Amino acid sequence: MSNKARSSPIRSSLVHLALIAYTLIALFPVFLTIINSFKDRNSIFRNPMQVPTPSSFSLIGYQTVLGQADFIGYFQNSMIVTVVSIALVLLFGAMAAFALSEYRFRGNTLLGLYMAIGIMIPIRLGTVAILQGMVASGLVNTLTALILVYTAQGIPLAIFILSEFMRSVSDDLKNAGRIDGLSEYAIFFRLVLPLVRPAMATVAVFTMIPIWNDLWFPLILAPSEATKTVTLGSQIFIGQFVTNWNAVLAALSLAILPILVLYVIFSRQLIRGITSGAVK
Amino acid sequence: MGSLQLKSIRKAFGDHEVLKGIDLEVQDGEFVIFVGPSGCGKSTLLRVIAGLEDASSGSIRIDDQEMATTPPAKRGIAMVFQSYALYPHLTVKDNMGLGLKQAGTDKAEIETRVSNASSLLSLDPYLARRPAELSGGQRQRVAIGRAIVREPKLFLFDEPLSNLDAALRVQTRLEIARLHRRLKATMIYVTHDQVEAMTLADKIVVLSAGAIEQVGSPMELYNKPANVFVAGFIGSPQMNFIPGETLSESGIKTIGIRPEHIALSRESGDWKAKVVHAEHLGADTILYLETETAGLITVRLFGEHRYGPDDIVFATPDKASLHRFDENDKAIG
Repeated sequence: MSNKARSSPIRSSLVHLALIAYTLIALFPVFLTIINSFKDRNSIFRNPMQVPTPSSFSLIGYQTVLGQADFIGYFQNSMIVTVVSIALVLLFGAMAAFALSEYRFRGNTLLGLYMAIGIMIPIRLGTVAILQGMVASGLVNTLTALILVYTAQGIPLAIFILSEFMRSVSDDLKNAGRIDGLSEYAIFFRLVLPLVRPAMATVAVFTMIPIWNDLWFPLILAPSEATKTVTLGSQIFIGQFVTNWNAVLAALSLAILPILVLYVIFSRQLIRGITSGAVK
Repeated sequence: MGSLQLKSIRKAFGDHEVLKGIDLEVQDGEFVIFVGPSGCGKSTLLRVIAGLEDASSGSIRIDDQEMATTPPAKRGIAMVFQSYALYPHLTVKDNMGLGLKQAGTDKAEIETRVSNASSLLSLDPYLARRPAELSGGQRQRVAIGRAIVREPKLFLFDEPLSNLDAALRVQTRLEIARLHRRLKATMIYVTHDQVEAMTLADKIVVLSAGAIEQVGSPMELYNKPANVFVAGFIGSPQMNFIPGETLSESGIKTIGIRPEHIALSRESGDWKAKVVHAEHLGADTILYLETETAGLITVRLFGEHRYGPDDIVFATPDKASLHRFDENDKAIG
């Protein structure tokens, strides 16, 4: 790899400089959040940039978060909503993508475009109608409401990315399966899905992060104590006049962890997904 | 145990007609090759026979049973693809056995059939490997093995040698020919390479633009091409075509003469010509001549000859080997 092309050292060091600068900028807020979550209230305001010292170190934020509110429950809610939504998005998105890329039928292109509209129009524009629908069907204050909305939100991008990848799966392979007597479902699950796994991981990561971080729909559709997600749960520490910064920062720091775990699970596949098109 | 009848098979994609009414009979045990330039519909025809594409109209009968609505797996066929199409996540053994497993064959039977096929194709050392760990030639043998274990009525080959390098292609061609003799099975084979067609086939079907141009044994096609297209497609280097009027033959649009049916001399002959280019291949010498009467022609001489560019020579076509074509490009006589 490194011997492939001879580029000037100045050029490559400039590139690296730019990348390092970007990395620092991207990581800085996360870093700031985490160091300040371990400090007491006064040092947060006096020296926000300073790493915790023995005198300023304090776990008061974490104690508040874990003691005061039902944070384990919130985490559970976030986890359920995110994981189930990803699973549904991948399942239905992949199936629709397979149908669109594999079968010739009238209106195929039109249907594909219709599905892609969801990428261009933000789902939040439909919030009022969604809320009315959820009220009418009695789903307000349930996790099901959130899962349904997030699945709908994630499917267009999933179809868009996956159908491109599925077109690249060899027709001969699918036909060989048909001659060997595999059903269309078996061809989909056993031949095609394993081959587009990197693309699935890409879609999973792109889908997962907005869902985990979303405040809008939990606030509107499921604000009850039993269905609060982590993002919504941390809001109790933010008041109109007084904000418990220790608790907010601790809650946010904790919220990074599960998403980090999910990301690591998908990232091995993701890297292959990003490079597979380029290297071939 | 493996005959095939096609009756007026048509296939259209939208307004574009790919197959324009194909009628064909294949006898049990025959090796039939579909050959033609790319885009002539030969692969589509194979897919229609396999059931991977539906014909727009027409009837397909395998062993006298109508197959038009039968799914591929129930047609008693096996297919070998150009890209091998092995299941990447299965071992060689499972690749070969999957079709039988799917059909509910019992395990002992699968085991014997797979081991028979693998010893026939000398794949025994590779049974536990995955396709990614095999070379191109080995993969193609696995693909052929996967077809053999199904014991089909009809073997279908879709350009199976196109992805192999030249040396391997000759070797695998030989293997397929041997296989046909041992299994005595009916095989249908698609290729655009006329050498493959000539060397393997009992019967060649020449296709062009979705229609059959001629059906016949390799030597029939070589000696008695039905029209200009077949005459030009079969044989390498290509047959020379000379407009009839330049040789003052009446009622004949084109005269064809194969490069190997022209004699050459430095002293005298029918057509005086200048050598434009000479290719010395050892066994053959191929000369391109600019003649005064017949235009640019190709001549193939056997063995080594000392002709070079700008030499003046005389070419004499063998009168008995001339092919005459009328204004519709059909052969006369």
